[in-house]
Amino acid sequence: MMLNSLRTIGVRLAMAAVMASQITAARCEDVTVTIDNFTFSPAELKVKVGTTVTWKNQDDIPHTVVSAGKFKSKALDTDDSFAFTFTAAGDYKYFCSLHPHMTGMIKVE
Amino acid sequence: MSAFDHDHHDDDPRLSRRKVLECMTWAGTGVLWTISGGVPRSLGLVGSAQAAEPAGLTFLQISDSHVGFDKPANPNALGTLEEAIGRIKAIPVKPSFMIHTGDISHLSKASEFDDADRIISQARLDVHYVPGEHDMIDEEVKLYRERYGRGSKGAGWYSFDASGVHFIGLVNVVDLKAGGLGNLGAEQLAWLEDDLRGRSKSMPIVVFAHIPLWSVYPTWGWGTEDGARALDMMKGFGSVTVLNGHIHQVMQKVEGNVTFHTARSTAFPQPAPGTAPSPGPMKVADDKLRTLLGTASIVFKPGTESLAIIDTPLQG
Repeated sequence: MMLNSLRTIGVRLAMAAVMASQITAARCEDVTVTIDNFTFSPAELKVKVGTTVTWKNQDDIPHTVVSAGKFKSKALDTDDSFAFTFTAAGDYKYFCSLHPHMTGMIKVE
Repeated sequence: MSAFDHDHHDDDPRLSRRKVLECMTWAGTGVLWTISGGVPRSLGLVGSAQAAEPAGLTFLQISDSHVGFDKPANPNALGTLEEAIGRIKAIPVKPSFMIHTGDISHLSKASEFDDADRIISQARLDVHYVPGEHDMIDEEVKLYRERYGRGSKGAGWYSFDASGVHFIGLVNVVDLKAGGLGNLGAEQLAWLEDDLRGRSKSMPIVVFAHIPLWSVYPTWGWGTEDGARALDMMKGFGSVTVLNGHIHQVMQKVEGNVTFHTARSTAFPQPAPGTAPSPGPMKVADDKLRTLLGTASIVFKPGTESLAIIDTPLQG
């Protein structure tokens, strides 16, 4: 009985630990950059290798997300998203190829 | 209503010309231009009924139809384009042709181009197009060239002559650089230099492109990185008129021999530079929309050199 409940507690603790680590991982892998008022927000983002960044266009005008030689979205209409997983460390400058004054940066470490 | 950005230089020797230019007026649905004596003047659509028969060449400019746009700033951009074309059809003196300064479509969809063509062709005028950035966002970036680029060079630039005026359609919406503005690029500039070579300096020139070739408001990207290089090539010419769209409002500047002008959109208005957080579509009260798409009406007073501006809204 005693052993059983200890075991149960142990399992629960282990599960909690796994869940906690999953949440951390989820946070790490799931980052969103919003596009509002012709601005990437946040304009600069630091993420770990393996992180997936999703850009979501909330403007009434289409935008793109382009990093020369690295990634290039199609034109994102209102509420469209584009996701990219960063597998290598480095600084990724990007911009909107339709409105090139819109720029942003993802720092991957 | 009149969002003119006049550049007043009291030492400007071209007084009479400036007077003409200052008195130019526009109807947002389209701009009626007439060129006589080498000086372009706009008559405006609404006032054109009263206009004396313009000697020389008359043509229209429409811009930024954004067919497919259905957001709150104008849920029916196709409908307002149709209204604009309806007004063009009603002009008693048929213009020679029309130029469209880009953003025909909103998302470069075949169906949007189809709808635009169906409406615009009702004007029964030749239309000379240049692309806006919204016309080049299909996956393969080919629909604009296929439909409108016949006989053009590069990304779609070209020139032609009409009634002694040299028209140049430029493309400044492709290959844009991060952090930059509109872009013509080396290849197009080389073509332009060649196109102008040997041309009589007395020949009036009309240059049209989507994004303003002059710096309207770089913070919002309203300008062209290498636009000044194109304008430098036209310095020696007596009369140069630069017609653009993109900013969905009327702006004008006169600098020496060059007149800069931007046309209104037929789809939705955009804010004046710096008056909003972004240049995005400006939502106005429903009964105000058409006043921003084309209400400044104009009356040409025959027999005088000047045009009178009368702010007569189309509605309200």
